[in-house]
Amino acid sequence: MSKKLLLDKAHIDGIRYFDVYRREGGYHSVEKAFEMSPAEITDEVKKSGLRGRGGAGFPTGLKWSFLAKPEGVPRYLVCNADESEPGTFKDRYLMEFIPHLLIEGMIVSSYALGSNTSYIYIRGEYAWIADILEEAIAEARKKGFLGKNILGKGFDCEIVVHRGAGAYICGEETALLESLEGKRGNPRIKPPFPAVKGLWNCPTVVNNVETIAAVVPIINDGADAYSKIGIGKSTGTKLISACGNINKPGVYEIDMTISVEEFIFSDEYCGGIPNGKRLKACIPGGSSVPILPANLLLTTAKGDKRLMNYESLSDGGFATGTMMGSGGFIVLDEDQCVVKHTYTLAHFYRHESCGQCSPCREGTAWLDKLLRKIEEGRGEMSDIDLLWDVQRRIEGNTICPLGDAAAWPVAAAIRHFRDEFEWHVLNPEKCLRENYGLAHYADPLHIPVAN
Amino acid sequence: MNNLSFSEDQLKQVQEIIARYPEGKHKSALLPVLHLAQDSFGGWLDVPVMDYVATLLKLEPIEVYEVATFYSMYNLKPVGKFIFEVCQTGPCMLNGSDDIIAYIKEKLNINVGETTADGMFTLKTVECLGACGYAPMMQLGKNYREHLTPERVDAIIEECRAKAN
Ligand SMILES: Cc1cc2nc3c(=O)[nH]c(=O)nc-3n(C[C@H](O)[C@H](O)[C@H](O)COP(=O)(O)O)c2cc1C
Ligand code: SF4
Ligand code: FES
Repeated sequence: MSKKLLLDKAHIDGIRYFDVYRREGGYHSVEKAFEMSPAEITDEVKKSGLRGRGGAGFPTGLKWSFLAKPEGVPRYLVCNADESEPGTFKDRYLMEFIPHLLIEGMIVSSYALGSNTSYIYIRGEYAWIADILEEAIAEARKKGFLGKNILGKGFDCEIVVHRGAGAYICGEETALLESLEGKRGNPRIKPPFPAVKGLWNCPTVVNNVETIAAVVPIINDGADAYSKIGIGKSTGTKLISACGNINKPGVYEIDMTISVEEFIFSDEYCGGIPNGKRLKACIPGGSSVPILPANLLLTTAKGDKRLMNYESLSDGGFATGTMMGSGGFIVLDEDQCVVKHTYTLAHFYRHESCGQCSPCREGTAWLDKLLRKIEEGRGEMSDIDLLWDVQRRIEGNTICPLGDAAAWPVAAAIRHFRDEFEWHVLNPEKCLRENYGLAHYADPLHIPVAN
Repeated sequence: MNNLSFSEDQLKQVQEIIARYPEGKHKSALLPVLHLAQDSFGGWLDVPVMDYVATLLKLEPIEVYEVATFYSMYNLKPVGKFIFEVCQTGPCMLNGSDDIIAYIKEKLNINVGETTADGMFTLKTVECLGACGYAPMMQLGKNYREHLTPERVDAIIEECRAKAN
């Protein structure tokens, strides 16, 4: 069993409510933080090695230290609870089952950053979770952990829950700020970065739900204890939401030293592939990261066992590796069609492009159209090259990274599964009835690991 | 929509929403107030509704239209009493969302984007709702319905019909 720092208590009866949460040691980090200076807290977070859990993996303490502090200007902490990356549902789990952990982390982080009003921007569809958070906030306020002069220590803090209304792009931090200001979610051109000009042009830190929750154990146990968990630059624990063709879909908190093989096949986590089928491919970090065939997923090109952490997952770059991303772990069994799966993702990005940049707006439409054509048995060989060409022209040529996020899955699918695309073109009728199967990238390790 | 205005209670809610944001930043209240308006005025945002929201928040109507047309949760056309919003993105597809969508189409005799003749049900396909591990799934009102099977879909339809009576 790996150590759990966030979800350890998530299953305790009534933990959603303040009294039980408090009885279990909740809100201790707030008391401890108030004995420290804001700079000391930022330092602890730096030393802990915590990296942003929203997808980019940027060091959190460093981000906090960039926050501008001009005299007389308010500063804001905004929690990114937009969670819309296909395959990702970990933040929802945390907020639904142990909402006070997020509120506790928000208070400590707000104190460290000097934010007297902090916002939680939550995707509009999570309406019932917004209610859960509101309830938790009301309880915390009643108990003196929010409001004016918290615990008599002179710090004021309010937390406001703000519901979005259905737009993946509002997960991108500057689009999120636009949306919070009551506008369309069009990403801003950076610089200026939010740390200098963010919400209403004030200095702002945007952090993911899991990132903010992780501040609680860091303050409670100390940065040293936190950084001892994990390996290398992947310190602490990580929430992984696992889905697709596995026996036990769900949210798991892992210590980032376990192997991908163990994660997929052991009963403690995904519990293997249903119906005795074999593993075909996996997108381990949410829809935007490259898909890998089974052989490259389980071992790196150098032949090492691949581990569930930032460094190991990206080992080999985009040629033979992938990314940790948001931890949305999507598994495809031998009977799934990579072309069809990639098509659904391309369709998603087309739908979610905000339309500001032509390479993204037009490019995602082309990817969607071409993939649909191939999937429906109407494709030509030249379409595969055209797909490659279009994705290449999007990458790096847009205001925000949604363009890259749309291009990468298509590039990786063609890179690793080109023969499957060609098979669709060569077998226009057959591809409507059957799937290509495993072929040469077959899983060499179809026997589940012994525990 | 003969009486286009919020009730006393709802107007109080609007004031509470505005008060969550700093002085002069009342535009931030737009998304939450549009949610409230959609819930209160028949499940969609007709132009007079958007104009009413603009007046309430002291915004130009165009500022409201811009936003209402950007976000997928705002309906710009009339919808049925119950909206089945079925997720069709990759992870749900891997777990059979296609079959569920086909089943609902057949059962309600409508296509995606349509409403049943009795005005009861609308079928929509949507993109990932953050429930990929509990697929296939749909959103129904404020809640999610997960691990869908044809039998569960039948039960949900019955439940809605019972609620409407
Ligand atoms: C298109 C797009 C969508 C994103 N969606 C999310 C999201 O849903 N949740 C999230 O925390 N970060 C998301 N991000 C990353 C944020 O822009 C930002 O990096 C993150 O909130 C920073 O928090 P962290 O440092 O704690 O990870 C997204 C980025 C892009 C480009
Ligand atoms: S890359 Fe796409 S989503 Fe991002 S700003 Fe440009 S058009 Fe909008
Ligand atoms: S893909 Fe359907 S909920 Fe995520």
